[in-house]
Amino acid sequence: MTQIHVTTTVNGDEVEFLADPRETLLDCLRDKLGMTGAKEGCGTGDCGACSVTVDGRLVCSCLVLGVEAEGKKIETVEGMAEGEKLHPLQRKFIEHAALQCGICTPGILVAAKALLAQNPDPTEEEARYWLAGNLCRCTGYDKIIRAVLDAAAEMREGV
Amino acid sequence: MSVAKSLPHDSGPLHVSGVARYIDDIPTPANTLHLAFGLSTVARGRITAMDLSAVRSAAGVVMVMTAEDMPFANDASPAAHDEPILSDGTVHHVGQQIFLVAATSHHAARRAARKAKITYAEEAPILTIEQALAGNSRFEEGPRVWTKGDVDAALKAAPHRLQGRLEMGGQEHFYLESQAALVFPQDNGDVIVHSSTQHPTEIQHKVAEAIGKPMNAVRVETRRMGGGFGGKESQGNALACACAVVASLTGRPAKMRYDRDDDMTITGKRHDFRIDYDVAYDDRGRVLGVDFTQYTRGGWALDLTIPVADRAMLHADNAYLLPAARITSHRLKTNTQSATAYRGFGGPQGIFGIERVMDHVAHALGLDPIEVRKVNYYQPMAKVRAGGAGDNSTPYGMEVRDFLLHEMTEKLLGTSDYARRKAEIAAWNAKSPILKRGIGFSPVKFGISFTLTHLNQAGALVHVYQDGSIHLNHGGTEMGQGLFLKVAQVAAARFGVDVSRIKITATDTAKVPNTSATAASSGSDLNGMATQAACDTIRERMAECLATLHQTTPDKVIFADDRVTVGATEMDFSQAAMTCYQNRISLSATGFYKTPDLSWDRIAGKGRPFFYFGHGAAITEVVIDTLTGENRILRADILHDVGASLNPAIDKGQVEGAYVQGAGWLTTEELVWDDKGRLRTHAPSTYKIPACSDRPEIFNVDLWDGENPEATIYRSKAVGEPPFNLGISALLALSDAVASCGAGYPDLHGPATAERVLAAVKRVRG
Ligand code: FES
Ligand code: FES
Repeated sequence: MTQIHVTTTVNGDEVEFLADPRETLLDCLRDKLGMTGAKEGCGTGDCGACSVTVDGRLVCSCLVLGVEAEGKKIETVEGMAEGEKLHPLQRKFIEHAALQCGICTPGILVAAKALLAQNPDPTEEEARYWLAGNLCRCTGYDKIIRAVLDAAAEMREGV
Repeated sequence: MSVAKSLPHDSGPLHVSGVARYIDDIPTPANTLHLAFGLSTVARGRITAMDLSAVRSAAGVVMVMTAEDMPFANDASPAAHDEPILSDGTVHHVGQQIFLVAATSHHAARRAARKAKITYAEEAPILTIEQALAGNSRFEEGPRVWTKGDVDAALKAAPHRLQGRLEMGGQEHFYLESQAALVFPQDNGDVIVHSSTQHPTEIQHKVAEAIGKPMNAVRVETRRMGGGFGGKESQGNALACACAVVASLTGRPAKMRYDRDDDMTITGKRHDFRIDYDVAYDDRGRVLGVDFTQYTRGGWALDLTIPVADRAMLHADNAYLLPAARITSHRLKTNTQSATAYRGFGGPQGIFGIERVMDHVAHALGLDPIEVRKVNYYQPMAKVRAGGAGDNSTPYGMEVRDFLLHEMTEKLLGTSDYARRKAEIAAWNAKSPILKRGIGFSPVKFGISFTLTHLNQAGALVHVYQDGSIHLNHGGTEMGQGLFLKVAQVAAARFGVDVSRIKITATDTAKVPNTSATAASSGSDLNGMATQAACDTIRERMAECLATLHQTTPDKVIFADDRVTVGATEMDFSQAAMTCYQNRISLSATGFYKTPDLSWDRIAGKGRPFFYFGHGAAITEVVIDTLTGENRILRADILHDVGASLNPAIDKGQVEGAYVQGAGWLTTEELVWDDKGRLRTHAPSTYKIPACSDRPEIFNVDLWDGENPEATIYRSKAVGEPPFNLGISALLALSDAVASCGAGYPDLHGPATAERVLAAVKRVRG
């Protein structure tokens, strides 16, 4: 299959890669760009482990084609921290023990960040339903919700 | 001291940054081969023709193998040699591996695998318990039967007696990281295997057989798994062996990961059970005798079905002193995935059986289910240890000497405000025609130790370097449960240093050999003790050296607060390490531990299979919609016993996750096979694990303040499996809500899906 040249921005850096038009954005990120933060949990848009944002919109990167990234701004978990300084969500996930095996964590962080970008003060219920597309088999979610709400509170104070 | 502290998970900073590496994230050389299996599409039969030419000529394909091409052993089974990696010409379930494709990419291999043309002489599959019984299709020669007292006499003489049948489904592990392995070929045909496994030693053993080498030619490394839950105890064998064979034959690295659908189609799940019961009881609900018949589908190969079914029998009593009991267990062979280990390992199924009996008896007598449970509890620890408590033995003849549930139940009833809420729910239900609420209680007493006694051993390897940094390795694997950190806390405590001095390293069969699976909740019990032994050996050598240098005795050498005090002299731990090194002291040691006082005869069903018991109790409140069966968990209150916790934050996380997983098993997680034996729920789109939105709105989780009376590591208790059983309270709460709709017994089976709840509502309304 002919490869298509894609130019896109990932976490603020312009990158280029060649993609088979059938390849998902998830595979392009992982295999072409070596960014393995987004994970494949299902490949069918049902688990959220592959969550990234495209032009600010939360998507399952397993359901987006790599070629669709052309000219877009992609954000992944690797871009959340500023250098050594963790994003408040990242810090709160560690503090609240909101992770166990950790493989759902990158997707949940990206999804939570997207939530707080559009709703800085979510109710517990809003947070729970927003994150309902991000499966976690380990934690039972309680600490995840607490971490998200705590980070939201801290970020609001910070403003 | 570093133990009993809520330190955060050691990999936390890596996890939140997305740089913690799982198998699929390990960088691989460009010439790596990617593997996929071709799978059977029929449940039972013989292969009559196989045309793989289109597979071989597909884009990117480098090699295609069938059973004849396997150079050495063609077996992935843990012990029974009944699980060919590639079919021997017969097929036993839909999804069985028939051939292997190696290609230049993951997708190329998977696409090619679909191009096979296979013809089968199909036979009628054995899919259900009834079909297996009719065909006498079973493992072992017949059912296992264990007895205590005279059950038949008790049933005959009973003031009250009832019978029932309970069915419960299996459960998909749904570890978010599917099975994966990566093998790098080495000199002399040796291999290094990276495997997402709970059992590196078994991977090593099976890979060695598959490449025709001794175990010393195979090194298995496991840094972390993206979830395990028992599903990575034996189910990774086939992938690791396939990769090793391809790597050996081609000299190229080989990697395989199952796509989610393949993972769910190929790998084993929790055993589903049917339990028939016949129970004799008195006016207060005290059980006088109970006769359980447990039936389980083990799938096509033996795998771990025997110990799983044994553990279901071993937990048929749960928390209750049964004066007379007979437990009969049928281990049935069916043309389905080979059912395997899953958190609780048969225990939850056995426990659900007796919890159902308690619930049914309470309903029949019109008593509060908690009162019925309390009159049946084992005698409390204090009374037994004081002597004179009378019979307090399990159906398998082990005296229960550490029972905590009387105290724990009282406390939980108080903190959860049970009595008031129960009354309030009844009043609310009386006024609510469509929505009905319910409340359910379930306790757990869970036996800790592998029932195969020789597995209760562990090793550790510890080095102190001359700069005072410490390297820790042991046989346990990390699947998110925080084992590595808990054991590191033990090591830090032994040396009196900060945990940051301890380098946690990947499980590695070249460092610690002959390990048991990280299973049976035994991880920190076994590896913590082995690590303690290794650290103490080094510490004693250091103390002796420093004592001699400072003309004192080793008992005057104190390791605390990251420093070492020798009589009047005090030094940094690093300085102490350097001094010992310069004085030619060995600063490396192994440690070994085996659990004491175990004895078990599984045929007779008698002995002391467990070192101790872990306890817990939960109260769950739900609401159901009687028009649709839709339901929600409104509140859960849990009190759980982990002895003196090594890390309360991590242990609480285990309790929460286990409860939600247990509730998922009995509410939304439904596995459906069609009459051709095809699993129709092989992706998260059709198989529903709890999501964030299903989390109880109020979720109060507390740890019981106590310590293990047995000499475990810092008097802690195992935590992985016991709290899983607390999810049973969710089903009992649904049953309670249904019961408020009419006079009949709800007779809810697991999972109590919305459909089943709706049907039960109709049933009780008559
Ligand atoms: S991998 Fe994309 S949603 Fe599961
Ligand atoms: S922490 Fe393991 S899946 Fe979420």
